[in-house]
Amino acid sequence: MRYATPKTAAEAASLLMEDAARVLAGGTDLLVQMKSGRLAPETIVDIKHLPGLRDITREDGGFRIGAAVSGAEMGEHTDLVAAWPGVVEGVNLIGSTQVQGRATMAGNLCNGSPAADGVPAQIAAGAVARLEGPEGTRDVPVAEIPTGPGKTSLKRGEFVTSIFLPARPERSGDAYLRFIPRTEMDIAVAGAAVNLVLGADGTVAEARVALGAVAPTAMEVPEAGAALTGSKLEDPAIEAMVDAVRAACKPIDDKRGTVEFRTHVAGVLAKRAARIAFARAGGQA
Amino acid sequence: MAFDETKHDYKVIGTRPVRPDGIDKVTGRALYGADLSAPGMLTAAILRSPHAHAKIVKIDTSKAEAMAGVKAVVTSRDFGLPEDQDLRDTQDNCMARDKVLYDGHAVAAVAAINAQVAKAALKAIEVEYEKLPHVIDVDDAMKGDAPLVLEGRALETVPEGWSQNVTNYCEFGHGDLDDGFARADLIVERSFKTGATHQGYIEPHACLASMGPDGRGELWCCTQGQYMVREVCAGIMEIEASQLKVTPSEIGGGFGGKTTVFIEPVALALSRKAGRPVKLVMTREEVFRASGPTIHSSTDVKIGMTKDGTITAARADLRYSGGCYPNGTCEMGAQAAFAPYDLKAVRTYGWNALTNRPKEISYRAPGAPTAIYAVESVVDEMCQKLGLDPVDVRLKNAADKGTKSSYGVTFEDIGLKATLEAAKAHPHYTAPLGPNQGRGLSCGFWFNFGGNASVTLSVNTDGTVNVTEGNPDIGGSRASISMIAAEELGIGYDRVRTIVADTTSIGHSDTTDGSRVTFTVGLATIKAARDAKTKMCARAAALWGIDPEAVEWVDGAAQPSGPNAGKFPPMSLAEIAAVSFQTGGPIAGHHESNADGAGVSFGVHLCDIEVDPETGASKVVRYTVFQDAGKAIHPDYVEGQLQGGAVQGIGWALNEEYIYGEDGILQNPGFLDYRVPVASDLPPIDTVILEVPNPGHPYGVRGVGETSIVPPLAAIANAMSRGAGVRLTQLPMSPPRVLSALMAKG
Repeated sequence: MRYATPKTAAEAASLLMEDAARVLAGGTDLLVQMKSGRLAPETIVDIKHLPGLRDITREDGGFRIGAAVSGAEMGEHTDLVAAWPGVVEGVNLIGSTQVQGRATMAGNLCNGSPAADGVPAQIAAGAVARLEGPEGTRDVPVAEIPTGPGKTSLKRGEFVTSIFLPARPERSGDAYLRFIPRTEMDIAVAGAAVNLVLGADGTVAEARVALGAVAPTAMEVPEAGAALTGSKLEDPAIEAMVDAVRAACKPIDDKRGTVEFRTHVAGVLAKRAARIAFARAGGQA
Repeated sequence: MAFDETKHDYKVIGTRPVRPDGIDKVTGRALYGADLSAPGMLTAAILRSPHAHAKIVKIDTSKAEAMAGVKAVVTSRDFGLPEDQDLRDTQDNCMARDKVLYDGHAVAAVAAINAQVAKAALKAIEVEYEKLPHVIDVDDAMKGDAPLVLEGRALETVPEGWSQNVTNYCEFGHGDLDDGFARADLIVERSFKTGATHQGYIEPHACLASMGPDGRGELWCCTQGQYMVREVCAGIMEIEASQLKVTPSEIGGGFGGKTTVFIEPVALALSRKAGRPVKLVMTREEVFRASGPTIHSSTDVKIGMTKDGTITAARADLRYSGGCYPNGTCEMGAQAAFAPYDLKAVRTYGWNALTNRPKEISYRAPGAPTAIYAVESVVDEMCQKLGLDPVDVRLKNAADKGTKSSYGVTFEDIGLKATLEAAKAHPHYTAPLGPNQGRGLSCGFWFNFGGNASVTLSVNTDGTVNVTEGNPDIGGSRASISMIAAEELGIGYDRVRTIVADTTSIGHSDTTDGSRVTFTVGLATIKAARDAKTKMCARAAALWGIDPEAVEWVDGAAQPSGPNAGKFPPMSLAEIAAVSFQTGGPIAGHHESNADGAGVSFGVHLCDIEVDPETGASKVVRYTVFQDAGKAIHPDYVEGQLQGGAVQGIGWALNEEYIYGEDGILQNPGFLDYRVPVASDLPPIDTVILEVPNPGHPYGVRGVGETSIVPPLAAIANAMSRGAGVRLTQLPMSPPRVLSALMAKG
């Protein structure tokens, strides 16, 4: 097994073209998978040493978050937390305090878990991932990265270098909630992120609702967002949103939860996340 | 040894000195099972069955044996066939002979120069299996057409007509049930199921084994009983007990799960074959798949009660499965089920059925939590239906001194009523509840064991004392034993150091189980200390030239017993010890005995939970444990036992269970999906220690380690019923189950 620390994106992409090569950022998924015997990579490409990969930078009023930025670093970035509290709280739910010192938002995305806590709020935020690969750089909406459990749309040799969260208009707020049977150290049984922008009159002008752990990938539910638009989260709007969420759920039955449970709880979480996001946007019910 | 009514002015007993193992544990100096290495040591790994039930057609180890760095490979062919059936089962569990009986059952093992080579060698072993139908659920296993896990293993007591999987049967009780039920105003009959749980000790099983060419062996391992390990391993290795020295490591939790062996005979067999020391450490996944979880259960309870809350008749049918080998845990469940009640008509029936699950081993009060969960759930439902206070009903029917228990024993002084009264008087019982909150209560019980113990108490010439005993310290026993020795000798706690010895350094001691150590080893320590005091008095008498009977031990010193004995200044322990080489040689006290008189233990738990009506998630918001300790030697440790048991019971009630797929494969062999509570899941666990002296101990000590895991299951179920309006009859009460019940209720 080889451990490489490339200094340029091109070098990293070239290493990733080799057989059984894997990206190492925080390593909180990769090392666990190697230890359990699920993965036996021949080349490990540590991207932490690439320029900019550990930086959070302002860009066009938004934030570019390097693929090796840890959850803890995001949580300590005051401006980022103020602008995208839902995205940050999703990332900060991954693993334990110790894991937060290593785990990255990009890694959480590229691991491809349908239950990834870091992903639904990114989708609701309209986040865009920047990819480097043998054919150069391209930008892809985060929503298009996961394609199924453990699978992504990344091409051979490609890896994420950063994720861009756009500028926030006034009167906006987001939130992420997940359900786990205990209070921490667990994997989401269902998750819901809501991102709202309010108009000057305090009604919802734009709404995006994204779910985790209820389908093969985290996904946006446009009908749920539409149900909230134009409302101040009055009961009928919330009920319509919850119905849309539940209609979109296609979960599995497994040791962590039943289809019925996941579907029901996804609606409950979306409702609660919407109320938090609305309050964060300064909304008055 | 009877309770000493006259002695109440303890100097050391009842204080809270610093624990003797604390610094070693927090600095990493303590040596656990995996911490010892030896020159030339090999690393071992075990190949395990991927099937729930299969015939082993062929095992070909030749490719693994030929690999560079592989020094030994063993299969069942490397073991004999013990005559003793229990020993044969234990051996078969460590290395499957003809069939694999559960997912994770060991089939072969290798010892190699490092872990990587060992792992690669496991992959090179070819095992041909012929899959067999499997059975996982106890009720399925008892049916006549169930796949048979083992044949011909039913005890003679098992009635005709059951599947051969039913190996054990028992019944207890007295009185006329029909008459009792006829006198009831209300009869409630319910069925309950509980999942199998695991002790969840932090430290996986680990050992270092070394067998010499002369047939002598040494074994360092993490265990609750080095003598048990020695008997079992010597039996399997076909050597004499004296030839195997077993040293217990520091232990990272046991809770009953380390009262048997899973890997030690395999490590010894590999070492014998390789001629080198072998270290074998289980992974967490192996611990879940192939150590010993609890029974899972299916229980019917029927109780009759009059309108004023008097129980007129009670019956329980307990169907337990302890996995793939026979076991008698159902007997403990059937005895414990109605222990808190004074009943005129009571009957319990217990069955054990084999299933394709790992071999059960003890977990804190084995058999009792699931039995009492079912009984206390029904009692609570009847209190609700009749509009009666749950404490009052329990007090009305409570077992007391002189009660003939449901399992035949007549109780001596017991603390059940005291704990119930303490619960009723506690502010928790009447504190206001918030929205979606409910308060539940349950009694608990455990027998407590006595048994064999050996203690040597050596008086050093510098005035310090070493106590040598044979019981691994899983709950603070080294502190308690030192305190008892200090109390008896009249010296400071800091003058005494207690160590747990290997099998060659002190006589036999039974395994650390049954909440027996503080009682039994404590008793032996008292007697060893008194033996030493007698000897020290004799030394003083010799120096003074008076009769030994004319000397008594007072406040840590020998002194003449009265004016007629002579006038000499008292000689302290240190003074006598300092001249001991001139007065007859080293001084030590001993005691070896088989103790009885371990008093039973009762407890009551009170808990408030809050249920999220939209998700079924429940949160324990307040919890108070009331338990009779007889006499708390070191109250911190007693409180720790009460809290620890409560927490394990909370996990059992809410989230922990072995989950199997249709294929009979364990779905959650890890702490991610086998959910023990984490710190943030729990409120502070308050404790109230009652002290109703055990008449069988001079200080009144009762074991305290196990009773505390018994009440939480029903206490939480009862709180949920009262807070959320749903009574769950299946454990764990995981959020999907609770939500489903809430939605069905509407």
